[in-house]
Amino acid sequence: MPVLVLAEQVDGGIDDVSRQAVTLARGYAEAAGQSLEAILIGADGVAGLGELGVQTAHIASHDGLAAHAPQAWGRIVAELIERLAPAAVIAPGSERATEAMAHAAAIADLPLAANCIEAAPGDPATVTRLRWGGSLLEEAAVHGAVKLLTVAPHTVAATAAAAPVQTAVAEFTPELSDADLAVRVSETTQTDTGGGVSLADAKVVVSGGRGTGSAEGFAPIEALAAALGGAVGCSRAVTIAGWRPHTDQVGQTGTKIAPEIYIPCGISGATQHMAGCKGAKRILAINTDPEAPIVSNADYAVIGDLHEVVPAITAAIAKARGG
Amino acid sequence: MNILCCVKRVPMTGGRIVLTADEQAIETRHLGFTISPHEECGVEEAVRLIEQQGGSSTVLTLGPAEAEEQLRDAMALGIDRAILLEADQEFDGQATAAAIVEAIAAERAAGTEYDLIFFGNESADAGNYQVGIRVAHALGWPCVTGLKGIALHDGGLRCEQEVAGGRDIYRVGLPAVVTVKEGLNLPRYPSVPGRMRAKRKPLETRTPTRSGAGVEKVRLVVPEGQGKQTQILGHGPDAAPAVVELLQQAGLL
Ligand SMILES: Cc1cc2nc3c(=O)[nH]c(=O)nc-3n(C[C@H](O)[C@H](O)[C@H](O)COP(=O)(O)OP(=O)(O)OC[C@H]3O[C@@H](n4cnc5c(N)ncnc54)[C@H](O)[C@@H]3O)c2cc1C
Ligand SMILES: Nc1ncnc2c1ncn2[C@@H]1O[C@H](COP(=O)(O)O)[C@@H](O)[C@H]1O
Repeated sequence: MPVLVLAEQVDGGIDDVSRQAVTLARGYAEAAGQSLEAILIGADGVAGLGELGVQTAHIASHDGLAAHAPQAWGRIVAELIERLAPAAVIAPGSERATEAMAHAAAIADLPLAANCIEAAPGDPATVTRLRWGGSLLEEAAVHGAVKLLTVAPHTVAATAAAAPVQTAVAEFTPELSDADLAVRVSETTQTDTGGGVSLADAKVVVSGGRGTGSAEGFAPIEALAAALGGAVGCSRAVTIAGWRPHTDQVGQTGTKIAPEIYIPCGISGATQHMAGCKGAKRILAINTDPEAPIVSNADYAVIGDLHEVVPAITAAIAKARGG
Repeated sequence: MNILCCVKRVPMTGGRIVLTADEQAIETRHLGFTISPHEECGVEEAVRLIEQQGGSSTVLTLGPAEAEEQLRDAMALGIDRAILLEADQEFDGQATAAAIVEAIAAERAAGTEYDLIFFGNESADAGNYQVGIRVAHALGWPCVTGLKGIALHDGGLRCEQEVAGGRDIYRVGLPAVVTVKEGLNLPRYPSVPGRMRAKRKPLETRTPTRSGAGVEKVRLVVPEGQGKQTQILGHGPDAAPAVVELLQQAGLL
């Protein structure tokens, strides 16, 4: 009974969140005394899997997989569940892998625990998983003949195995029906980012909340972000008021950010907002209310009116640069 | 066209989560309730589609009797009728999907066939990322997830899913299941007449069958690291030099 781990490809190997999932799966397999085997879909190699301790890579190839087809991915996982009778299937909590696991769980009629940060084998298996986008943890027992788990991205540090192994390759052609391939990407459109830094990748993010008061109230926020070469973000109070597009929203149902510094201005710090900025190295809150949750969740704070404080910071930056 | 929208009542947690003494739930005595922003966008899209196409929209929730509030809220925005699957306990993803499938079968038996079912991409609280997909499989319908754009096209749907750098387009026929994300549209606010009408719209309450919990909650834990040692750099514009110093130390200037 192997422990299977679904991995997603990037050029020359598997991506970061997949390496994290493989790391958790390796610990799970070791604790259960089982072999660690990977599922790769349409892969052209197994580069780097040996270092991670993957003994066998099951590589699915099929003509229908040229365009992404979510249900086909789920069918492949379900086919391997039936053929290999694994103890568990573990996948990264990326959108595609999560979707594949939900399809597999539906096809195989098994429970699925999403966004785990810890997992121990057993019957039931025990996991700790994220709720509320990470603002709350749940300890849960996972039942079922095969344990299906996804691993919350960036909660497990990827590490190499104690000793590298030689990864055996087992290629196969999955049996995919027309229905499995009916939902597939028909085309991809490019989004014009206007040349600016994207919120998710920005090193500096300056956000405005209800405290900005209006769409125009974002002028000082934009000026500070520009001075720091950063991106502008906002809270949900702002997007539902129509002051900024949803693409600017930081939080549980917006974008997750991981900048060197996050500067929320006029944002109270609701748990759903904080769920989006947990990855920030430092938080500098600017708020009139010293009791606001954002202040106690920040590393640094300036207490005051953002309409005065933010322009003063932008001016002080210009001055510091000027001489 | 007949549309079903599935929503889940959740507490509005504010700045800090506090648990009940048995660690089984969030302490909600002082909290209001809402649904996920993803689901709000599903409700809005359903209302718009019915406004354009004609037909009927239904909102469904599995939850406590108090979840009538969220059903009335959806009807205030223009949804025509509601179904409450009354249950005091939370169901896991698999059991939730089974209960929704059971309700859809009962609807069919009573003569209502749906063309399109909206789900949130994930529920706000449990975040199981699976209920919509499970329901689609049980019905044998196609499912497209995480949508930020939906348009009727050639009798089917043109669906947009956000991916790094752009959008993937999927085209599916009806009937279909879609799961949507906030940003799909900008939901309207309820009007006063809308709220009045919602009070009189039909709401059916049913008792769902509860299958066992495959993912069984043992206890909830508030993660550490809420509440840091915060260094106050100053008050008002006078704090600007201290901020510049911080940015310099961080190598950001
Ligand atoms: C399921 C769910 C998902 C959600 N997802 C998200 C999400 O992804 N992102 C998100 O942001 N929210 C999200 N929310 C909403 C969240 O709960 C809050 O309602 C929202 O974050 C509040 O926005 P805000 O802080 O701007 O507004 P408020 O809470 O109203 O706070 C305004 C703050 O501005 C301060 N202020 C006022 N005037 C000034 C001034 N002149 N100068 C300086 N400070 C000032 C006030 O002291 C206050 O702290 C979600 C909610 C739910 C239920
Ligand atoms: N209790 C519930 N009642 C009605 N719909 C639900 C319920 N739980 C989940 N859903 C729907 O399924 C979606 C995905 O939920 P989940 O799989 O729990 O992340 C939600 O956004 C809702 O649309």
